[in-house]
Amino acid sequence: MSKPANTLKNMILAMTIVAGLSALILSISYRITQEPIKKAQDAKKLEAIQAVLPPDYDNNPYQERLTISGSNIELYPARQGTKITSVAMKTYSNNAFSGRLELIVGFLLDGTITDYKVVSHKETPGLGSKVTEEKFARQLRGFNITKQKLKVKQDDGDIDAVTSATISSRAVLDAIQRAYDNYIKFSTLGN
Amino acid sequence: MSNQSYENLTRGIIKENPTFVMLLGMCPTLGVTTSAANGLGMGLATLFVLILSNFAISSVKNVIPDMVRIPCYIVIIASFVTVVDLLMAAYLPSLHARLGIFIPLIVVNCIILGRAEAFASQNTIWQSVLDAVGMGIGFTGALTLLGIVREILGMGSVFGWKFVAEDADTMMLFIMPPGAFLALAGLVIVFNKITGAGK
Repeated sequence: MSKPANTLKNMILAMTIVAGLSALILSISYRITQEPIKKAQDAKKLEAIQAVLPPDYDNNPYQERLTISGSNIELYPARQGTKITSVAMKTYSNNAFSGRLELIVGFLLDGTITDYKVVSHKETPGLGSKVTEEKFARQLRGFNITKQKLKVKQDDGDIDAVTSATISSRAVLDAIQRAYDNYIKFSTLGN
Repeated sequence: MSNQSYENLTRGIIKENPTFVMLLGMCPTLGVTTSAANGLGMGLATLFVLILSNFAISSVKNVIPDMVRIPCYIVIIASFVTVVDLLMAAYLPSLHARLGIFIPLIVVNCIILGRAEAFASQNTIWQSVLDAVGMGIGFTGALTLLGIVREILGMGSVFGWKFVAEDADTMMLFIMPPGAFLALAGLVIVFNKITGAGK
C-alpha cells in the first residue's frame, strides 16, 4: 500500500483520526484510574494521620476532616467516644528552601506535639530532606508549644536545626506553628 | 530468530546504547537518577512507552501523509505517556511522587521520537517492537547503573539498603545535580573503554 498523497483533505483526515483515537484512549484510562488515584491519595493521608496521632481514638479522623476557614489547613479530630483527645492537622510553609513544604502534625489538646510527617517537599536531597528523618523529628515529639520556644537555636529557640539545612528546619517549625495558631483560633471560635 | 531480528533487538543494549553511546534523553538521565530505584522506575516507564509508541507508529506508518507525520507521532506518544502517568499515579503512588515531573516529560524524550522517526516509520511492526525492547533495556540499564553509582557514592546505600552508619559522611555531591554530570561522564568513559568505541 502506498502512502496517501499530501493533500489538505488527507492531512486533516489523518490528524483528526489520530487525535480522536488518542482522546478515546485517554478518556478510558482516566475513567479506569480515577478511583484508584483518589484512593491512593486518601490512603497516604490516612497513613500519615495514623502515624502522628496517639492510638487511643476510635473514630476515623480523616472522615471527619474540616478545613479551617480562611486558610488551606485541614483539621482531623481524633475522638474517644464523643470527647476529642487529640487533633491532626495538615499544614504548610512557603518559607522552605525550594517550593512548598506540606506536613501533617498531631497535637494533644494542651499543645504537646505528638509527631509530624512531611507529606510533600522539594528540599535538596541529602541536606534539607533530612528534616523528614528521625534525628530531627525526635526533638519535636513531646515538645510543648505553650511552654517551650518553637524556634531553631539560631533564632533563640529550643530546637537544634539540621546541620546546613537551617532554612528547611525553620520551614518545618513554621508549618507546625501555623497549624497550632490556626487550631487555637479555631477552638476559641468553635467553643 | 533471524539475524536481522537479533541485530535489531541487541543494537540498543550495547552498540547503540541510547545513554552511553548516543547521549540521548539526557534530561531524565541526569534528573531522576538520584537513587537506583528511581533510575529503574524511570527506565521501565520509558521502556513501556517506547514499545507502545513504536508498535503504534509502525502500524499507522502507511496511512499517515508524510507532511503531518511528526505531529501525529507526537500525539500518539503523548497519549501513551499520559496513560503511563495515570496508571503509575493509581498503582505506584510513591514512585510516581518521586519521579514527579519527569514522567510527563517522557513525551519530549528524544529517544522515543528518534526511534519512531528513524526506525518504526520504516520497518515492520515486529522489528519495531524488537528495536523498542532493545533500546528500552539499554536505557533502563544505563539509568539503573547511574542510579546505583550515585546512590552508593552519595548515600552509602543500594536500592535503599544502607551499608554505612546512619550519620556517616557520604559524598553528598553525587546526589545533587553536579554529581549527575560527573557520574555520567565517568560511566561513559568506562563504557567506551570497554566497548572500544569513540576511537
